[in-house]
Amino acid sequence: MARFMITEPYLIKQNISKASLWKDLKPLLGRLDIELTERCNNNCVHCCINLSRDDSEAKKKELSTDEIKEILKEAVSLGCLSVRFTGGEPLLREDFEELYIFARKSGLKVLVFTNATLITPQLAGLFSRIPPLEKIEVTVYGMKKSSYEAATRTPHSFEAFWRGVSLLLERKIPFVVKGALLPSNKNEIEEFESWAASIPWMDRPPSYSMFFDLRCRRDGKKNDLIRKIRLSAEEGLKILNRREDNYIKQMKEFCSNFMRPPGEKIFSCGAGCGGGCVDAYGYFQPCMMLRHPDCVYELKNGSLKDALEDFFPKMREIKAKNPDYLNRCAKCFLKGLCEQCPAKSWEEHGTLDTPVEYLCEVAHVQARFLGLIKDNEKAWEVENWRQRIDEFTKGGNNGNQG
Amino acid sequence: METRVNLKSIYVPSENVVAREVQGEFIIIPITSGVGDLEDEIFTLNETGRAIWNRLDGKKTLQGVVKDLEAEFVAGQGQIEKDVLGITEELLKRGMLVETQRS
Repeated sequence: MARFMITEPYLIKQNISKASLWKDLKPLLGRLDIELTERCNNNCVHCCINLSRDDSEAKKKELSTDEIKEILKEAVSLGCLSVRFTGGEPLLREDFEELYIFARKSGLKVLVFTNATLITPQLAGLFSRIPPLEKIEVTVYGMKKSSYEAATRTPHSFEAFWRGVSLLLERKIPFVVKGALLPSNKNEIEEFESWAASIPWMDRPPSYSMFFDLRCRRDGKKNDLIRKIRLSAEEGLKILNRREDNYIKQMKEFCSNFMRPPGEKIFSCGAGCGGGCVDAYGYFQPCMMLRHPDCVYELKNGSLKDALEDFFPKMREIKAKNPDYLNRCAKCFLKGLCEQCPAKSWEEHGTLDTPVEYLCEVAHVQARFLGLIKDNEKAWEVENWRQRIDEFTKGGNNGNQG
Repeated sequence: METRVNLKSIYVPSENVVAREVQGEFIIIPITSGVGDLEDEIFTLNETGRAIWNRLDGKKTLQGVVKDLEAEFVAGQGQIEKDVLGITEELLKRGMLVETQRS
């Protein structure tokens, strides 16, 4: 007969955002992203995915309510605790509330990525009554009507954004904000950060996207525009380093943990391990960005489980064949600092293993500033990279700021 | 604090929460507001807490739950009753249980 072992406290509170719940084995699926639609009510200059809100062809192909519910049911059966609803603009789906309630009543936390323009009193009431258990993430495109709408290219979107955010504030629904740094708003950083600091749930400064992705469906529609507005490597460094001590401290910690040459296997991230992203049409991707046909799994003919147990692990074994990649990226110790990955290679070149010059430049400019490489040196040529990282992270080397 | 728990009452998990077992952890996830204190809080029960929770089926009185557990577990005198009352009190306080009937 087993011994009755209960001890107070009877009920243990867990904050799984801050600590892992799992002592040994993690569930097969920890977190699932679902792109409810690629359509959006905004038309942002920099967006890598958006289609028009009225794109009937796209709408027709989207997963049905029941199909999404089946995916959520399977996710729960695999141990998933959290689902992210993203897009496009996920609130454009007419069945958003139904899917949200279904997910929450299935025992999932729900993270919503939104521009906040479609938050109605009714939806705010729902978030208040049935809280998502994750802070809603709102992207902000400018602090003034002119800068905001220069980005969204949608009249009245600025007023709609403030209406949505005001509802969240009034109803005390936890949310955080993040920025997209664009030519129209890059002079508003201080104003944005000062407002962000007044939001009760912001426990750190907002994050920014600035090295924008090209179109991830490779539809080419506005890649020239995206290339034109994304920050140069030098401009990006200025933004990253605007709180110099903080940046250096963060980079020391980061470099000591994550930088090393990745070798010939092209996946050195966690894509497809314990998570993934279901696109609007029922294809399961290893991450939100990677849509190369060799890396996506059609759920209509299979299951999340099969993808996670069989398809993704095989995919993760893919080795680079491109000599340029093998001679550069595979040997480059800036991997980690550099955002080169199969998804970026896909977006820029339609392959999985082609170096992306823009990202290479961004990483090299930062590495030069941090003193990890010398002027005109290429990081893949550095043989004593361990020593360089040690000198930077443990020594008094605070980079080449002077 | 005055206890609202009665051994002759019958309790059942509330619709305000969902209980899930994932990788050996028994997790209680709030559905409606007011169950957790923070926006991202969930709860776990240990093995014996789970044994109690699973017996709160809307049919057995709390006394019946205690008897069930006494038949299955070894414990000091009065310990099981004390703990069943304690955990039921806490779950009730958080809105995770509701009383369905008092016999």
